[in-house]
Amino acid sequence: MNAALVIIFLFLLLSLFLGIQAKRGKDMNLEQWAVAGRGFGTIFVFILMAGEIYTTFTFLGGSGWAYGKGGATFYILAYGCLAYVMSYFMLPKIWRYAKEQRLVSQSDFFVSKYQSPALGVLVSLVGVVAMVPYFILQLKGLGIIVSEASYGSISPTAAIWISVIAVTAYVIISGIHGSAWTAVLKDTMILLIVIFLGIYLPIHYYGGFQPMFEAIEKAKPGFLALADAGMSPTWFASTVLLTALGFYMWPHTFGSIYSAETEKVFRKNAIFLPLYQLILVFVFFVGFAAILQVPGLTGSDGDLALLRLSIKTFDPWFVGIIGAAGVLTALVPGSMILMSAATLLANNVFKVFQPNASEERITKTAKYLVPVVALIALYFTFQGGATIVALLLMGYNLVTQLFPALVFSLMKKNFVTKAGAFAGIVAGVATVAAITISETSVGRLFPFLPQAIQDINVGIIALIVNAVVLTAVSAATRGLSAAPQASEKAM
Amino acid sequence: MSTFKWLTVLPFIGLLVGVYFANRVTPFVFGLPFLMFWCILWVVLTSIIMAIIYKTDPANKEGDGS
Repeated sequence: MNAALVIIFLFLLLSLFLGIQAKRGKDMNLEQWAVAGRGFGTIFVFILMAGEIYTTFTFLGGSGWAYGKGGATFYILAYGCLAYVMSYFMLPKIWRYAKEQRLVSQSDFFVSKYQSPALGVLVSLVGVVAMVPYFILQLKGLGIIVSEASYGSISPTAAIWISVIAVTAYVIISGIHGSAWTAVLKDTMILLIVIFLGIYLPIHYYGGFQPMFEAIEKAKPGFLALADAGMSPTWFASTVLLTALGFYMWPHTFGSIYSAETEKVFRKNAIFLPLYQLILVFVFFVGFAAILQVPGLTGSDGDLALLRLSIKTFDPWFVGIIGAAGVLTALVPGSMILMSAATLLANNVFKVFQPNASEERITKTAKYLVPVVALIALYFTFQGGATIVALLLMGYNLVTQLFPALVFSLMKKNFVTKAGAFAGIVAGVATVAAITISETSVGRLFPFLPQAIQDINVGIIALIVNAVVLTAVSAATRGLSAAPQASEKAM
Repeated sequence: MSTFKWLTVLPFIGLLVGVYFANRVTPFVFGLPFLMFWCILWVVLTSIIMAIIYKTDPANKEGDGS
């Protein structure tokens, strides 16, 4: 074992310890375990939400994309920004309703708003399926970090197994309290490390930022802007819009909305979260610095850029610190995802079919489901060769399909019926599935369209299909559903 | 409804429409490629806009202790 690995494992142990500490002396029913009894203030909610954003996706995926795709990477800066703008108006409404109805999961929200447990099952399944690629990307990240930091002595496969066991143990032991404390540790570390690397590497290798960018522009003209076709401005705008709409639709992100103490927390956070995005800029600097220093990483190997450059530049002990920060960026969101998936399946799927199950039994089921979900994700992790960002975008395409039904349910007069919501989500998800499985793009479906339209993110097409079906079915079933809409009295 | 809430459309215009005009490497601004600078600029402006909205939103005047 080298110094890098020792340091990484020490941090892993420390985070497990923090998780166990957080659990002590607390009665853990499902509400405690999953939403921490709604007792988190501005700072904790900020950290949890920021923590979900700063995952392996940012650390390795962000630098990997800067390395491999250049200008297209800046979409990551843009979408969060727009999501935070929407959060100011949307989140307080969601929180208020969830608190009144004592909701625990995202699906509960749909069940309650549309008075339909069946819709809850559908929303849970969409959420869980979308979370699988998101979880896979955390595992991939963990695997990359551990195997790179071992300087090849641990294979990526073994590294992924170690990671899965760590995350699973962590979640079963501590629930959301553990996530919050480790998130504090993680955010501090990632902040310091990313800023240091982002400033040090360009200066060390190029003598400054502008010289670095000039060198890249000379070697690869136009790489730092968007392409004319493919990842063009149209791709950028449609992807930013899609991911901004889907931002809070992730079951685990939606769930962390519930953990806030007051609704004001969200409005205040909408001011500061955009600025927090700027950490990404330093991640990008690292990826850009790697382009001319560790050339030749293609495809999903681009995700290795940050670590390869670090190994080339620093001593093993410092690579260990970087690796430890990376492990935490995967562990915190990974644990949130796992927990949300398990809670969803237990509460919104299992309970629907076993309505008489006791609260205790559901909590137990949720805990048993944690390793099951982890193993399923593990299976897919060993299958695919997609980059981290590509995996994330796939999950986003799916989860964004929940947006129309959700946003209409927040309105004072919701014209959407439960059948409409159901049909819209099914149509949207089916479109995403059809497009993903056939590996097609808008351009391949409609080659006669102008290039600008061909580059539209396929998720947007699915979203349009979703909205059209939702509206049509709602209009058709409007008179049929006599059940009063819960939203009308609640808002 | 605060009169300042219409400001929230600006980040959408700046990022979704603006990208068509800002999609270029040069001129470098503060040493950054132009597109990168443009995105960062809008992150900062968004934060300022949200601060203005927060300050002028009557919903935040109720002291709910946070």
